[in-house]
Amino acid sequence: MLTIDDLGILRDVTVLEDGHVDVSITPTYSGCPAMDAIRADVVRALADRGFSDVSVHLVLAPAWTTDWMSAVGRQKLLDYGIAPPHPRTGSAVEIALSVRCPQCGSPDSRELSRFSSTACKSLWVCTTCREPFDHFKAI
Amino acid sequence: MPSSVAPQASMTSAHGRPRHASSEAAQDDGSTRWKTCQYTLRLADDALVSAQRMGEWITAAPQLEEDVALGNIALDLLGQARALLSYAADLEGTGQDEDSLAYLRDERDFVNAQIFELANGDFGLTVARMLVTSTYQYALYSRLKDSTDATLSAVAAKAVKEVDYHRDHATQWVRRLGDGTEESHRRMQQGLEDVWPYVSELFESDDLVQSLAADGVAVDPAVLENPVRAHVDAVLAEATLERPESTVRHSGGRKGVHTEQLGYLLAEMQHLARSHPGASW
Repeated sequence: MLTIDDLGILRDVTVLEDGHVDVSITPTYSGCPAMDAIRADVVRALADRGFSDVSVHLVLAPAWTTDWMSAVGRQKLLDYGIAPPHPRTGSAVEIALSVRCPQCGSPDSRELSRFSSTACKSLWVCTTCREPFDHFKAI
Repeated sequence: MPSSVAPQASMTSAHGRPRHASSEAAQDDGSTRWKTCQYTLRLADDALVSAQRMGEWITAAPQLEEDVALGNIALDLLGQARALLSYAADLEGTGQDEDSLAYLRDERDFVNAQIFELANGDFGLTVARMLVTSTYQYALYSRLKDSTDATLSAVAAKAVKEVDYHRDHATQWVRRLGDGTEESHRRMQQGLEDVWPYVSELFESDDLVQSLAADGVAVDPAVLENPVRAHVDAVLAEATLERPESTVRHSGGRKGVHTEQLGYLLAEMQHLARSHPGASW
């Protein structure tokens, strides 16, 4: 299971002396519609483990980038069929890196659409095995 | 929607102060807090109105992929608008929240620049506007991320990466349509002609923003004009398009003066919240 910790969305968890749990999460994109569901899931997961006094708050700074995603998180995305993001180069020269097909491993792929099922992904197709796949964009 | 039914006494809402809460609304006391609130509302309304226009393309764009693209761009802008509206509500300190600011303000209380509210029209107009506004927002947020105001800085640092992608998307469309067929070129050029009279308003400055800029809180829109025009000109040249030579300059959005088209947009956006006050999912 891919966790919010793997994705770098979970920023901090603090347990205070009186048992209050404070959780900080950060959105991948400003308009990520999953934030409300994630917030509810955090509250539920903590309630299941006996923590009923919980606050979840959203932090924006420092801004999330795909570099917050762990190596384990990247591998889990790949296993699930989503091409993980490249490391961000920060280079002044724009270069397009090939995206490896998560199905057959071929680097011979092309972008079909710059946007896909969610804001954080683009839609690609593998030229070798012909399978379409999602790619988590590096930001 | 007609706004003339509002009581005359509260017509001072030219600064974006929500009229419906005028009795408790924060007054113009000249404080940095008040000015920051007004400035934040401008950025928020630009993003909110833009999100609403982009969202209108879903199921109506020229390609399925473009439905998805414009829908995702709208979502980014809506997320930016929510963060900014929430912050404006906090600064105002009269019990407003992002929803009341989005759904319960009247047309004259919106302080977006007029270019954002223009009806979508032809796809060429939408693309022309997206090129200008995303380039503007990119130039703005890449500077605002260094704001001395921690919240504006955080929102901008997040937004700049998103609008960079929007700008790239718009740039690709302008190249493709401008340097495409005779028909696509003609419609892309027409889109530019249609939005051009609204471009200069984006770079208008006033006392409020200049005073905030002096404190490092805001970015004076005047400094954005050269970088924005440089990028847009370069894209137009590549796309074999002509920069329009419009002498007409529409203005007034920052003072709550809008085109007829904003009223219709708000009527659609606000209808549910106003018809069913307090309704939630």
